[in-house]
Amino acid sequence: MEGLIGKKVGMTQVYDADGKRLCVTVIEAGPCPVVQVKTMEKDGYVAAQLGFGVQKLWKDPEADKEAHGGRSARNRISKAESGHLTKTGGLATGVRVLKEFATEAGEEVKVGDVITVKNFEGVKYVDVSGVTKGRGFAGVLKRYNFAGGNMTHGGHSKRRTGGLAARDLPGWIEKGKKMPGHMGDVNRKVTNLEVVAIRPEDNAILVKGSIPGAKNGTVIVRKSLKNNVKKGA
Amino acid sequence: MGILEKINAEQTAGIAAKNYPEFHTGDIVRVSIKIKEGDKFRIQDFEGKVLAIDNGRGSVAGNFTVSRESYGVRVEKLFPFHSPWIQAIKVVKKQASWRSKLYTERTFCSHKAVRKLVKK
Repeated sequence: MEGLIGKKVGMTQVYDADGKRLCVTVIEAGPCPVVQVKTMEKDGYVAAQLGFGVQKLWKDPEADKEAHGGRSARNRISKAESGHLTKTGGLATGVRVLKEFATEAGEEVKVGDVITVKNFEGVKYVDVSGVTKGRGFAGVLKRYNFAGGNMTHGGHSKRRTGGLAARDLPGWIEKGKKMPGHMGDVNRKVTNLEVVAIRPEDNAILVKGSIPGAKNGTVIVRKSLKNNVKKGA
Repeated sequence: MGILEKINAEQTAGIAAKNYPEFHTGDIVRVSIKIKEGDKFRIQDFEGKVLAIDNGRGSVAGNFTVSRESYGVRVEKLFPFHSPWIQAIKVVKKQASWRSKLYTERTFCSHKAVRKLVKK
């Protein structure tokens, strides 16, 4: 399998075989049940849809039903989704995330298989993508690392944007001019992160360095596209 | 126990067997470090004053800073408590410290060096 869905647990430090301290991010990856298999004949491409996490169905089904006239109002999964998971995917519980991954050549998966972190055994580098922390409406100093103006000496443009354009020529502001605005909360991928350890007993993978997003955020861990051959061999 | 706590506990588990003595900032300690030279290992001692203890020895990120003067040059080393390279720690002298971080010692030392230079 190309990758797995996971959860960012947090960062810590471990010692490698040489006694060197490494800064690592712990990712809880999998176990991911195969919910659907896409085939060349039927779908025109080969992939497997994986699920991850447990979606809460309802808090207290009985009390909920009473309060809403015999129908649970807090169901977080629609009937269509529920049918896809239970009837097609053979799952008893709802999953939080569904994501398709390409299967590798010669790999055969079927619905109901569970892919664990062992999938990454022997892999030296991974790419991790996730949603970065949202910074809200940020100024140019934070958003684009502008230098800002003088804090002292009567500086009047301490954290201001400053000049935007020239005067008569060209007479307008360039498109894509760096200005304050919304920052963060976007998909970002960090490539070529070294795999420090794989812990199948914890469903955890330890990668060197940081990954996007906050703790408990959903991340996608993929086998590195570029680097698995180049550096490791 | 979460995964993170479990990993941290594994990292910090070995320190109990090493029996490092209690020491505080201001104490003179001798740290035996394993040093790799080619294929061989040897033990080198580093003796000096403890300037700071960060995060505590129970923490996975626990460090202590040792400082000494060597041939007129101040040398500072930062030792992680859980580093596999540290063989032993010995307290040479207990000294009362008036701060938890003795970073002002850095300026004391340079002052001494300056006086030496002026004498010349």
